[in-house]
Amino acid sequence: MEKILLKNTENADSADIDGYIKTGGYKGIPKAFKLKPSDIIEEIKKSGLRGRGGAGFPTGMKWSIAAADSKFPKYLVCNADEGEPGTFKDRHILEKNPHLLIEGMVISGFALGSEYGYIYLRGEYPHAKDILEKAIRQAYEKKFLGKGILGGKIKFHLAVYQGAGAYICGEETALIESLEGRRGHPRLKPPFPVNAGAWKMPTIVNNVETLSNVPYIIDAGAGAYSKIGSKDCPGTKLFSVSGCVEKPGVYELPMGISLREIIYTHAGGIRGGKKIKAVIPGGISTPVLPVDKIDCPMDFISIQKYGSMLGSGAVIVMDESVCMVKVAHRSMKFFEHESCGKCIPCREGTSWLEKILQRIEHGKGREDDLGLLSGIAETMLGKTFCQLGDGAACAMQSMLKHFRGEFEEHIKRKSKCQSSNAKKE
Amino acid sequence: MFTETVLKEIESIKTKYPNPRSALLPALYIAQKEFGWLSHEAMQCVAHAIDLPEAAVRGTASFYAMFKHNPMGRHLIQLCTNVSCMILGAEKLADFLKSKYGLESGGTTKDNRFSLMIMECIGSCGTGPAMLVNTDFYDNLTEKRIGEILNTYK
Repeated sequence: MEKILLKNTENADSADIDGYIKTGGYKGIPKAFKLKPSDIIEEIKKSGLRGRGGAGFPTGMKWSIAAADSKFPKYLVCNADEGEPGTFKDRHILEKNPHLLIEGMVISGFALGSEYGYIYLRGEYPHAKDILEKAIRQAYEKKFLGKGILGGKIKFHLAVYQGAGAYICGEETALIESLEGRRGHPRLKPPFPVNAGAWKMPTIVNNVETLSNVPYIIDAGAGAYSKIGSKDCPGTKLFSVSGCVEKPGVYELPMGISLREIIYTHAGGIRGGKKIKAVIPGGISTPVLPVDKIDCPMDFISIQKYGSMLGSGAVIVMDESVCMVKVAHRSMKFFEHESCGKCIPCREGTSWLEKILQRIEHGKGREDDLGLLSGIAETMLGKTFCQLGDGAACAMQSMLKHFRGEFEEHIKRKSKCQSSNAKKE
Repeated sequence: MFTETVLKEIESIKTKYPNPRSALLPALYIAQKEFGWLSHEAMQCVAHAIDLPEAAVRGTASFYAMFKHNPMGRHLIQLCTNVSCMILGAEKLADFLKSKYGLESGGTTKDNRFSLMIMECIGSCGTGPAMLVNTDFYDNLTEKRIGEILNTYK
């Protein structure tokens, strides 16, 4: 399979503009500028590209709604607030292939009628910030960014905005609030950002990986792109594989590849010859899958039939030594810490899930605790302001559904969890 | 007080955005660097520079985990213990920092050399456990390696 996103990222100069141009980079911009903006949007629609941030919304559709809005200026915001635990794929693009993202944003800005782009980068990536800012400076010097791109009349300005450590800012409306210099509280929708986003203007928020697919689609055409991957979810996908595998890392593979193939063919199988127990397929806010479901095809649609979600494609593999109560507790501790506190079901729900799991883990669980956990999760589902609460509740329910015995055993045993969780020496 | 140079830097950041309030997060980062943490005085300076009420500055700053509201040691260790790092033994490393250096999350060593924050995921899940020391990034951590790394920060 031809690599689209990680092409040449193994070259030492992949993050440098000359290294990028040498391997065919920035060819998409002159090609795109010869087209009408509406034709580019049509091409993206035809390609079948879906947003890679987690929701899988068709990118072309999002773009056409924003393009149809006559208000001006319009803003193009790249969501580089990669915070879903288990995910490290956008960091790979940002550090190894930043010009691919810049090229994608220039083409997207032209298609959408936007002259201003912002990359909202998470605060925890100081190294990526330096690389990205250097890449932007180089792109300005070579006239791929600025007032007169390639000496013509098309403008596009790009700046990095550094977040400051809040998972919720990966939610697009919270991200916009943060970009405006406020607390990252999600906004009520509608209006959607495509009509009234940053500074009340039409704003298109796309993930790093989504925008990085754009140069290829323009250069090779929607037809070539839609032949890769699954029918309903074409293209390649970056999978961040972590946990108990021999070769963790970021893998670019066709959409629809099975979880089994990712783990055993690409990530080298389970470390130390142990048995696999479970997999979180898309970051910790997606439901866990037990071992009998690892033949699941990994795309936005197929995975739903297996009771989970693709999320950001963050595959966390757990072997037999990993305690699921501990995983559940650490996950809920995360959601409790990251809940923005705006709506009650999420703020209170995540906090109580964490407290109850902590006592179960410490051998102080009560008989009715499992009922309490599922009751709280049920109360949160669909009743929180944004997806954070839903994610926490779904993850909790899936742990109880597939590993109930392990929770019951912890409650019965009345002693602190003895699981070591594979230690690295 | 901010120096003239810092004030100029903040003014130039304001021009990048349609509304100067966007310069608040960058200005808080600058203040943190200048003062070491976001003291009352630091936030007052930010409020003046962006022309916002102090309450708005404090309200925004308190939302974000990377803004510090207490004095910190000379070097800030940020260790990830989230699921992927936990599976690879990050909790034992947190125990190690506690027993060897007396560091707990939010705490500072007596000699003011290190502060520790347990943080939520630094995007190094494949090569965990991972940490940041100031803005330097380290992964594939073991007790031995952490000891060696911290020795280089005086």
